[in-house]
Amino acid sequence: MSLVLEDVKLVANLARIKISDEEARTTLDQLTGIFYLIEQMQEVDTSTIVPMSHAQDVVQRLRMDVVTEVDQHELFQSLAPQVEGGLYLVPKVIE
Amino acid sequence: MLNLSLKQLSTLLESKKISSVELTREFLKRVEILNQEYNAFITVNEEMSLDQAYVADTMIASGEACPLTGIPIAHKDIFCTKGWLTTCGSKMLSNFISPYDAHVIERFNMTGTVNIGKTNMDEFAMGSSNETSFYGSVKNPWDITTVPGGSSGGSACAVAARMAPAATGTDTGGSIRQPAALCGVSGIKPTYGLVSRYGMIAFASSLDQGGAIAKSAADLALMLNVMVGFDARDSTSLQRDKEDYTRDLEKPLEGLRIGLPKEYFAEGMSDDVSRGVDAAITEYNKLGAKMVEVSLPNTKLSIPVYYVLAPAEASSNLSRFDGVRYGHRALKYADLDDMYEKSRAQGFGAEVKRRILIGTYVLSHGYYDAYYIKAQKLRRLIAQDFAEVFKQCEIVMGPTSSTVAFALGERSNDPLQMYLSDTYTAAASLAGLPGMSIPAGFGNRSRPVGLHIIGNYFSEAHMLNVAHQYQQVTDWHTRMPEITKV
Repeated sequence: MSLVLEDVKLVANLARIKISDEEARTTLDQLTGIFYLIEQMQEVDTSTIVPMSHAQDVVQRLRMDVVTEVDQHELFQSLAPQVEGGLYLVPKVIE
Repeated sequence: MLNLSLKQLSTLLESKKISSVELTREFLKRVEILNQEYNAFITVNEEMSLDQAYVADTMIASGEACPLTGIPIAHKDIFCTKGWLTTCGSKMLSNFISPYDAHVIERFNMTGTVNIGKTNMDEFAMGSSNETSFYGSVKNPWDITTVPGGSSGGSACAVAARMAPAATGTDTGGSIRQPAALCGVSGIKPTYGLVSRYGMIAFASSLDQGGAIAKSAADLALMLNVMVGFDARDSTSLQRDKEDYTRDLEKPLEGLRIGLPKEYFAEGMSDDVSRGVDAAITEYNKLGAKMVEVSLPNTKLSIPVYYVLAPAEASSNLSRFDGVRYGHRALKYADLDDMYEKSRAQGFGAEVKRRILIGTYVLSHGYYDAYYIKAQKLRRLIAQDFAEVFKQCEIVMGPTSSTVAFALGERSNDPLQMYLSDTYTAAASLAGLPGMSIPAGFGNRSRPVGLHIIGNYFSEAHMLNVAHQYQQVTDWHTRMPEITKV
């Protein structure tokens, strides 16, 4: 398979990264080279192999359902681009 | 002073021949003079460093000193450090004063070490040359026209130029080992799960692992003694008994079986690196080790697999940078989507965007099985290769990097060439195995060569022993670049 310009634009949109036509063309060239390398994976038959998602076979730890965090919203919100009344401000999404 | 080991510095501090404040001032002075040229640090804060030094001196005076109390340590700017600017090498976090400490930083603080500054790095740890940093390239102190390697290039440079006695780093596909090799210092990436990822800004969570860069294996052992430990806030942190990583340093190597994967010694390795590695193997033979030829047949797949899995995880991890709760937000935007898109387009550099796009693509509908699941299956084959090899030997050796340090700009416009820099290191990361690089002489134009040491899971103490014994009979690790400015 080979990538086309529309794929790059679609993926950029999915990833919420604004991309100009020129950037998309440069990116297409670079990704084409990288995917050429990635295609080497298809040479190996892996039909019987179980996917490995993680380096260690560990079981997810469980904890008691109790509050462990203290309220630090003022500290955390002091880093936010826009805050009002203890709320993060974003552009209006509902008319 | 500059070439003293961590143990020697500790002894000076404990015997009150020098105070932590004096030691900290000494290193701060050196950083001030050298950093303009090398750009190894993003943030230096004399006041905060000295505050910690005063605390350390009090600890020492009251007999509460631990092995590293009072010693200045440089921290990669990927570790959240309370009250310190923590940028991860990105414009996205160029205004982020961390409100909390990473677990690793907490552990160093408990020990009473001094944070000497936050080191430069490839943006979000994505790079093998430190050229993707928003804060500019780091220079290799052995030759300032060359790269220090990456992504922990600032940490490796800081140790090589003796701006810090030791530094923290992180390794996802080679980001501790490759810069350690290119800068002629020692570096270790422990077994996945030993060092908590809490507060270590995430790149590829199933691969990211904190570790250390220092002058010698003995110093690395002391660093791991501080860094390794269970942390409930990292769901992949391993619960194990406490280890003393210095315990095996002095053991003889008689009878040690060292596996040399034939794939690592095939085409691709440059002649000067090959000479350095061969000479190191000769030393190991003299130390009583036996060489065994082994095979890691899926070696060539490790780069394709890595460049599917790491970007996939990165695209998910970096979705949190949306300009809402912290980090960069575009000044002008039309609506919410436009705000996300512009903030991310402005906040991320080219390499980070490239990897997010690769990751988004391989995880997208219709390609998930062909790329992501396929890569996970091959990851198992790569891990199984190592399991077979460790039936025939205890340690695997080879080159850390196929070449010595390359010129600034040489690979930065060719992502594919840059990705191939991780050829020898990515496989151990995929398997979750511990890996090290130690100095093994010099190649062309007197640039350092790194010897790669891979061990089985949890064999760090043994690997450090193997490295330390070599460093007892060679002096490569004591060499430092000629620095005329100071």
